[in-house]
Order: sequence, then structure tokens, then C-alpha cells
Amino acid sequence: MSGLHDLSVAELAAKLRGREVSAVETARHFLARAKGHESLGAFLAIDEDVTLAQAREADARLAAGDIAPLLGVPVAHKDIFVTRDFPSTAGSRMLAGYRSPFDATVVARLAQAGVVSLGKLNCDEFAMGSSNENSAWHVARNPWDLERIPGGSSGGSAVAVAARLAPAATGTDTGGSIRQPASFCGITGIKPTYGRASRYGMIAFASSLDQAGPMARTAQDCALLLSAMCGPDPDRDSTSLEAAPEDFSAGLGASLEGLRIGVPREFFGAGLAPDVRAAIDAALQEYRGMGAQLVEISLPRTELAIPVYYIIAPAEASSNLSRYDGVKFGHRAGQYGDLTDMYQKTRAEGFGAEVKRRIMVGTYVLSHGYYDAYYLQAQKIRRMIADDFQQAFRQCDLIAGPVAPTVAWKLGEKADDPVANYLADIFTLPASLAGLPGMSIPCGFGAGGMPVGLQLIGNYLDEARLLNAAHRYQQATDFHLRAPAAIAAEEAR
Amino acid sequence: MSLTSHDIARIARLARLELGQHESERMLTQLNGFFDLVEKMRAVDTAGIEPLAHPLDVVRDIPLRLREDVAGEQVDRAANQRSAPAVERGLFLVPKVIE
Repeated sequence: MSGLHDLSVAELAAKLRGREVSAVETARHFLARAKGHESLGAFLAIDEDVTLAQAREADARLAAGDIAPLLGVPVAHKDIFVTRDFPSTAGSRMLAGYRSPFDATVVARLAQAGVVSLGKLNCDEFAMGSSNENSAWHVARNPWDLERIPGGSSGGSAVAVAARLAPAATGTDTGGSIRQPASFCGITGIKPTYGRASRYGMIAFASSLDQAGPMARTAQDCALLLSAMCGPDPDRDSTSLEAAPEDFSAGLGASLEGLRIGVPREFFGAGLAPDVRAAIDAALQEYRGMGAQLVEISLPRTELAIPVYYIIAPAEASSNLSRYDGVKFGHRAGQYGDLTDMYQKTRAEGFGAEVKRRIMVGTYVLSHGYYDAYYLQAQKIRRMIADDFQQAFRQCDLIAGPVAPTVAWKLGEKADDPVANYLADIFTLPASLAGLPGMSIPCGFGAGGMPVGLQLIGNYLDEARLLNAAHRYQQATDFHLRAPAAIAAEEAR
Repeated sequence: MSLTSHDIARIARLARLELGQHESERMLTQLNGFFDLVEKMRAVDTAGIEPLAHPLDVVRDIPLRLREDVAGEQVDRAANQRSAPAVERGLFLVPKVIE
């Protein structure tokens, strides 16, 4: 069955429901593709027996007339989500071979909706990074140029979707980890409002920022998946919102006439590469052509978001990662003296360089004498940043700008310069700190023929409006349908 | 403000991270590079601003939710200990703590 991988989630779900193709055939097709593209480094774990067993179950549900919306659709999960049936490592040596006794809520909700799991996807260690180069296991390559990074931390998810190894994938976004790799790989991804999707079973990085979301080729597919992923989980996630589950597909197609799109002038400064700027400007003009109104707004503390985020996220990480002590699960050093020595050697061996740096920063800013000056100060500016957005939303319905200042860079280019990596997160961090929903949609190509993503940011719980704006844009353009040359060439064969 | 190698050793001890000589030196350079970036944040006037922990607290009252303290799902000890480095008779093994 060739061509199955060209279908969107919506099309594939319809074919499965119409029994034109079985879930088992579909699963086999994608498993074969994953195997054929191992060199991209997208997957960390594949288990044909598990996937095919889930596919057989989906076929049985289809035969029994089950109307679950995603029945038989294969999806792969970022390795940040714990899964009972596949190892869950968070891209870290610390969790080599770790088997969770339960499934993350997001994974369970998608299974309930009928999804068949293709396995686990590569990511930066504990989701800390923006190039996927911090994975302890292997690099992931951008299908548009194999010498470039796919972005991160949900790099494997973006690679799998862009190379048509999976029709969709899950991702997580703490400071841009869905939006930035989606942008760099030319796919669509959405991070919902903080608290929309349960964090239960998402291996914790920074708990006041972490959010799950879908990555797919179209906004319509993201809407389908997001509807299944979100919903209150009050007994298992203390920060889960009470917001009732929503059908984000219901409003797709509404006119954009009169929609006020805020364009933050701070997103278009000297740091924005001209090739990215050209693609973003063209996208904004496209929106104008669809009847939207462009409004200049200001997010005056955009630059401050970098230090604020890189204080708060490491602080929370240092606390969350204190659980890796070599006692209850995960790696334990082979040789050690007393208990303290065991902790220190276990953590020295289990964590990679970026994770250690963040643990050190976090430990320092939370330590006696520095807490007020760093951590509390960062939390106060966080409120100012969130207030700035509320101010802006008085003038506009959603905000648009670049996802990242440049297209994907070369593998190794910034690997030894953590601060250079942090600075490149400037446009995704503000919405993360404010807990707002944000997405990336393909809007053109820049230097080296690399994809450029347009970032759309909505107000709290306004995902439906965001997705509709993205969907209308995708009805008028075809950037989201383009495939990397090597992938398109095999499709033609 | 600049950290010293003494600070690095102290933070590493607090974080229970063993750092080699070379690693400590690299860490010192990189953390100082990072804290240069943080300097401009410290100068911001935040008098009278409440710290923000749950982002939606900006637009609504977010109460701290507590679950009823009642027995729920049963804990499967064998499944939970399956990934433990050292277990004996249902107990997690650690180096001797008390002589």
C-alpha cells in the first residue's frame, strides 16, 4: 500500500472507517517506512508486535462499529510520555530501558480515541534543548537537509511527521519545543493553554510550563488530535484546568473577515533574519487578503523572557530531577562508597551536559541568599510579561510573528554554546511564560530552502480560533503540503 | 557578579552532582556566561508585583486543588519495582546509612 503516508489524519481516519484499508495494513506500512528511514534518527523505540496488536484491536473495534474518531490511525509519541508498552527514557541515559507501570493520560486518551502507537520518538534529554542534539541516544536529522538540526526538543516528532513516517505525533512544549521543531521541519504544531492537557505521565521538566500538544501536517489534523488529548484530569494533575473537552474541529472554516491580528514590533527587530522576515511578511499579507486586519502591538518585555525563562525552568528542573537518585528507578552507578557518593556518581553518569548545567543553575537560584534576587524576581517579571499579553489582547484577537529568528541551523553549529541556543528561543518563550496557546504553521522557505514557520498566539482557551486561523491559511496556501525533496521523490516512484 | 570555582563546588554538592576537574572549569565558564545574560533582569523594577506561579492566575483565581485523602487505585509493588536498580523481598536496597 503506497501512498498511505501521503494522507492526512482526517483522510486516513475516513478510509479506515470506510474499511478501505485496515488498521493492520496501515500500521505495517508506517512501520516499514520507519525502518526504511532509520538514518533520520526519529525513533528511539519501535516494537512491531505491540503496534500490530494495537492495530488488530483497532480493526476489531472498527468491525464492531465503534465510532471513536481516530480508530486505527497510527501516531508516535515523544519519549517524554511514559508508556506501559514501550520503554520511556526521556532521551536520557538516566532512564535507559525504563518501563513505566502506567500510560501517561495523553497517551491513554489517544488510545481511547482509537490511535495505534508506532513507538517512541527522539528528543532532547528531559526536553531540554532546541536542536535535539542533547539526546543521549543519537542525533535526529532534518529531512529537508540532513546536515541540519530538526529543532527541539520534540525533534523526533517533527522529523517523523515531515518525513511521512507517521501521520501525526505527540510533542511537549516548555519553552517552544513543539513550535520550533514544527517550524524547522515545515509541519504544523500546537501547544494548548497551560493546563488543557494533563501532565500526568509526562516526565517532568518545568512543571509550571510543560504542556503536551499534537504535531501533524495540517491544522485540521492538529484539531482532531488536540480534541482527543485535552480534558480535565483533576485527580492526577493538580494544575489541570476544569475546562470541558472541546471539539476543536467544529469551528474550522469560519471566515477571518474582521479578525484583528496583532503584530508585535519586538518580534521584527534586528535579530530577525531577512529570509524569515520575508516569509512572515508575506504570510501577514495573505491574512490581510483574507479579510483580517493587522494591528501593530507591543510586547515590551520580549527580550527579558530569555533570562526569566532560563531562571524559572532550571529552578523547577533542579527540583523535579532530584528524584533521579539511583534508588527507586533509573540508572545507578556501578561503583560507589556511601549513600551520598552513590547519589553523586549516579547523577554524574546518568545526566548529560545540558541537564547538568540546568540543574546547577536551578540549584543556585533556589539556594539561600539568591532566591529573592533570581527566582522570585523572575516570577515577578513573569507576571509582567503575562500582563503585557492581556494588554495586547485588548487590541487584537490573536498575535502573529516568527517562531524563530532563523531557519534550522547546521548540526554542531551551536552545540558548544548554550547561551546561543537560549537566545534563539526568544519568540517562543513569552507565550510559554504566559501559559498561552501557540502554534506554528508552515509559511514559506528561507535560506537553503529550509522551511519557515509562522507563529500564532491566542488568548487563554482560545485554541479554536487559533486553529481556524491556521486552517483558513492552509486552505489558501500549500506550504504545509510540500514534502522534503528526497521524500517527495520516493512518493513519485 | 561572577561565580568562583568554590561556588561551583558548593552548588554541585547541593545538587548531588560529581563534577570532574575539567567539567567544573567548563561549568564555571558557561555559568558565568549565562549569568551575564541574567544581569538585565535583575535591574527591572518589580516593586509591588506579585510573583506568578500558575500562569492562568493572571486572569482568574486558581485555587490549589487537593484530592480527597481516600484510598483509590491499588499500588502494584512488583510493577513499580520492576525498574529499580536493587530490590530484595520488596525492599529498595541502598548503601548502609546507619552504623
